[in-house]
Amino acid sequence: MQTVIDIRGLTKTYAGGFEALKNVSLAINKSEIFALLGPNGAGKTTLINIVCGMTRLTEGEVLVDGHDIVSDFRLTRAKIGLVPQEMPTESFETVWNTCRFSRGLFGKAANPEHLEKVLKSLSLWDRKDTKSMELSGGMKRRVLIAKALAHEPDILFLDEPTAGVDVELRQDMWNVVKALREEGVTVILTTHYIEEAEQLADRVGVINHGEIILVEEKERLMREMGKKQLTLHLYEQLDRVPPALGKYNLELSDDRQALTYNYDTKGEHTGITDLIKELRDAEIRFNDLQTSQSSLEDIFVDLVHKA
Amino acid sequence: MNFHAIKAIYRYEMARMFRTVVQSIVAPVLSTSLYFVIFGSAIGSRITEIDGVSYGSFIVPGLIMLSVMTESISNSSFAIYFPKFTGTIFEVLSAPVSYAEVLLGYVGAAATKSVIIGTIILATASLFVDLEIAHPFIMVAFLLLTCVSFCLFGFILGIWADGWEKLTIVPILVIMPLTFLGGTFYSISMLPPAWQTISLFNPVVYLISGFRWSFYENADVSVALSLGMAITFLAACLLFVRWVFKTGYKLRT
Repeated sequence: MQTVIDIRGLTKTYAGGFEALKNVSLAINKSEIFALLGPNGAGKTTLINIVCGMTRLTEGEVLVDGHDIVSDFRLTRAKIGLVPQEMPTESFETVWNTCRFSRGLFGKAANPEHLEKVLKSLSLWDRKDTKSMELSGGMKRRVLIAKALAHEPDILFLDEPTAGVDVELRQDMWNVVKALREEGVTVILTTHYIEEAEQLADRVGVINHGEIILVEEKERLMREMGKKQLTLHLYEQLDRVPPALGKYNLELSDDRQALTYNYDTKGEHTGITDLIKELRDAEIRFNDLQTSQSSLEDIFVDLVHKA
Repeated sequence: MNFHAIKAIYRYEMARMFRTVVQSIVAPVLSTSLYFVIFGSAIGSRITEIDGVSYGSFIVPGLIMLSVMTESISNSSFAIYFPKFTGTIFEVLSAPVSYAEVLLGYVGAAATKSVIIGTIILATASLFVDLEIAHPFIMVAFLLLTCVSFCLFGFILGIWADGWEKLTIVPILVIMPLTFLGGTFYSISMLPPAWQTISLFNPVVYLISGFRWSFYENADVSVALSLGMAITFLAACLLFVRWVFKTGYKLRT
């Protein structure tokens, strides 16, 4: 797998002494969707801003496609498109003009056909002559994506791209991101919607207090760190969990009508067969059962909480 | 050199001027015309000549400089401050552009606007008074030097300002008094000796004096000194802007 962004020992200390990033090392692969998750103030935006050139690094180095972001900034920045967390738009400018400006700014000659393609893919074509100030929040977000794609970047940073947009638009954006990946664009996504990372990401990185605490393939992460839960709905209320069943760490619901058993998906022996047998021996009958698997959100919360 | 970026910024800024044509062009031309009416006709009728030039004609170079200086500062400071204020500056900061290219785009556009305004005022003035330009090339050189220098100064101001008040306070409290006291409406030689000496500390005196010399060959200070001061001011602004971009002052954290 070819590394397209190589972050080595990156540290950022702001003027006031706050250490936003602490010796961060991270490799992003070409044409993957990488979700960078972390609570507020974890260092996600600082990391993105450094790679994109808006914030200066204190220590370490960042290579984009093998080029240093400081000494070869022209080469590296030309490869990157950024959709920022905020929604800064040129209020008095039309969608078309602002996208044309972005393309030129990143050193590309005018290409109306490409801009048309981008605007159409984001359902903005019929609004191309509309001023940004006349657009809804969701539409402004699309304009920012269009601006970031105007110069045909190889790498796209999406800093919470779907914050504040409705469900339908979010689905549209997910489709755009998936299509970009198909075209070979590397997408780095930060989001508060863990569902978004679950839907889109190939790999997930978790950052907290300026440190990368985990980088893993999403499927593997969910398989290895995910937990399963078995809930048994009892036929009759139970006063307490019998001591004989203590080894299963069962949880009795508040209404004393259900028992919950947590088991590990990694384990070869889940203990479910034994539990059901022992419940029958203890004459505890149940009339329904269900299983559920922890989401990426549960895993994320668990990781951040532990860190 | 990222020519596409320079073109994009320049074109974008020029489009902003044409979008706000009343504010950008009509307003300064109107206010300068009022100066002609008030100072040139009403007051000027009571002043016969200064250094052999009618008062109405005498104030033309000063009025052009007055407008060009204030408009240069206003245009370029707003051009860089507004993206900072709205947050759209992120795009310029993340683009593959050097500080020289950013300057060429923003300052180039602002200076172009100032030259357009200066030219229109010159044309307007010719409707009110008789004009002669003894040294047209030197006149253009002074005009360009002043436009670029004050646009650079405005650019610095726009980067430094972190609020609308700061953006307007320097032009109102510093530039406007310096311009009015820099010989726009009078010759420095008309002042008492002590004030003549004090006036020589005002950099605007040199610009107006040199510019006026290119019209009527009358100057308060030598043309070479005026030119030297203009070039020094330009160099100082360029050095400061270079430092701003190298350190990321108020732009990059």
